[in-house]
Amino acid sequence: MSKPNSYRAGPDVAGRFGSHGGRFAAETLMPLILELETAYRAAQADPGFRDELDYYLEHYAGRPSPLYFAKRLTDHFGGAKIYFKRDELNHTGSHKINNCLGQMLLARRMGKTRIIAETGAGQHGVASATVSALFGLPCTVYMGEVDVERQQPNVFRMKLLGADVVPVGSGSRTLKDALNEAMRDWVTNVDDTFYIIGTVAGPHPYPELVRDFQSVIGDEAKQQILQAEGRLPDTLVACIGGGSNAMGLFHPFLDDDGVNIIGVEAAGDGIETGRHAASITGGRPGVLHGNRTYLLQDDDGQIIEAHSISAGLDYPGIGPEHAWLHDVGRANYVSATDADALAAFQLCSKLEGIIPALEPAHALAHVAKIAPDLPRDHIIVMNMCGRGDKDIFAVAEMLGVKL
Amino acid sequence: MSAMRGGRTRIEARFARLRTEGRAALVSYVMSGDPDLETSAQIMAGLPAAGADIIELGMAFTDPMADGPSIQVAGLRALKAGITLSKTLAMAAEFRRHDTETPVVLMGYYNPIHAFGVPAFLAAAQTAGIDGLIVVDLPPEEDAELCLPALQAGLSFVRLATPTTDEKRLPAVLANTSGFVYYVSYAGITGAGSVDADTVASAVARIRQHTDLPIAVGFGIRTPEQARDIATVADGAVVGTAFTDAVRGSLDPDGKATATTVAAVLDLTRALAAGVAAAASEG
Repeated sequence: MSKPNSYRAGPDVAGRFGSHGGRFAAETLMPLILELETAYRAAQADPGFRDELDYYLEHYAGRPSPLYFAKRLTDHFGGAKIYFKRDELNHTGSHKINNCLGQMLLARRMGKTRIIAETGAGQHGVASATVSALFGLPCTVYMGEVDVERQQPNVFRMKLLGADVVPVGSGSRTLKDALNEAMRDWVTNVDDTFYIIGTVAGPHPYPELVRDFQSVIGDEAKQQILQAEGRLPDTLVACIGGGSNAMGLFHPFLDDDGVNIIGVEAAGDGIETGRHAASITGGRPGVLHGNRTYLLQDDDGQIIEAHSISAGLDYPGIGPEHAWLHDVGRANYVSATDADALAAFQLCSKLEGIIPALEPAHALAHVAKIAPDLPRDHIIVMNMCGRGDKDIFAVAEMLGVKL
Repeated sequence: MSAMRGGRTRIEARFARLRTEGRAALVSYVMSGDPDLETSAQIMAGLPAAGADIIELGMAFTDPMADGPSIQVAGLRALKAGITLSKTLAMAAEFRRHDTETPVVLMGYYNPIHAFGVPAFLAAAQTAGIDGLIVVDLPPEEDAELCLPALQAGLSFVRLATPTTDEKRLPAVLANTSGFVYYVSYAGITGAGSVDADTVASAVARIRQHTDLPIAVGFGIRTPEQARDIATVADGAVVGTAFTDAVRGSLDPDGKATATTVAAVLDLTRALAAGVAAAASEG
């Protein structure tokens, strides 16, 4: 495949990133999806929209988030300099608020009066419930029963914020099923409802607009590393479920040739066991949830349940732009197991005083693999996209600790 | 075997015959492989004699986003019992050996076809005597994927039109539609709502201004009375969830077929066919 002039030009008018993406949606939703695209283009052209979003990002979400030099971890690994983009310090505890504020302002422009969302770990659900409270709109969050069980603190948080949390008992009872159920709600409530998709997936224009709202992460990181080091980083590392935090960090750097980009998928019990959530490493292209991308599926095209310690990575697909970046070789996709992530979770807590979410613990697990062998002037920026408060009960159980 | 009969497709021939009889079509949905391959094959084989004019053969999928609980669990039962797209096509081929007239339309989602490979799938579907395809997650924006190759291969591509399909969009939706138009009577998932004949009548009238194709209406038709009401205003009444409910209601506690399973579906078919016929005598 020949190198494109820019890696940042996608998607095309049909919503494609190479062969991935697209608009594989039921007819009932198509007019809404087209309306959303029209509204988004109008918002992009309106400086007032950006100003309003920037206002809330700064004064409500607490942006910019710091870029922090993780000195103790750097010393511990004895190699590359490790920086964390501290998106776990955002209001609501993860990067999800960036996208939710953007989509909420869009929903208001479109005159929508009801919000729905899907959630895995609960971070996107909490962020959706938060912006719904902020703007006084009713919010329904779909969450797989398995995830409701392992993410109780976030379920309670959403309820405190006034959201209606609907446990989803169909299929594998995790994130993909929550997405199915949210789509079913949307198709039923087409007139008044705005669906805030939490990741860079779904029918066009969702992958594009979620990426755009999350790109604030990479835009800030670029400025911050230039200020701190006087140059761009050598390597970016981020975890990937659907891939919104990763896309947000990566996108502003895609045309910076010297920057090595690594996405870390969840390998669960190990790729070889088949019990994992690594769509690129262990899947092949297919069509689900409105887009073509790499999917975990059997020979008959039936979707295989994903497995990960992290509810936020427990998804059998990946955003279509990542699928394309993999195809063209601009980004590398690797994986980290549950055990690797758990070890990184503990190490980061003890050495940096930062309890990471299990999701970025996967990214850190990969940093732990590569940093020791890299030279001391090699700069790594890792997205610390969420904090681990929500995970302490699940981690305690896995460590055999009774709380 | 070709879907063409004397220059006409089976679907065209069927609607032409129904026009001479002065009645609408009963379009019956059967989930392939539910609750097991043999039982669903028996159901399919019995449908024409029980009064089904067109058969919609459901292709199971793990993630049927536009379907309600009844069709969701029907698909999961079928998958658990080992259904695959190849087996579905083989079942259709077996049906076609005994019935050369009743149109069979495959209905489902794109990914199993995508995994099978579009050219291989179209060839296999033709060999099996399939007449048309309804693929829920392939809107006109994605026609290059399957719709255009299917039309080129001589298969009909039956498109869904919905209450949200406005005047501006309707021509695009109808452009590559063939066989018939499937009007979805309400915005929502299968089995969740109830059909309103008056609303449907005006929608059908609106679509007729844009196409000469027959218009079948589905979503929310469960009873012979509803089938009659829809058959009065449209060219066909599509019934899905009521059939998967009938299967479910006949199963033993382990979800296996019983002696009443086939009869439960065929009895419902007869009742619905009587409803459709009643519309003709009233009309």
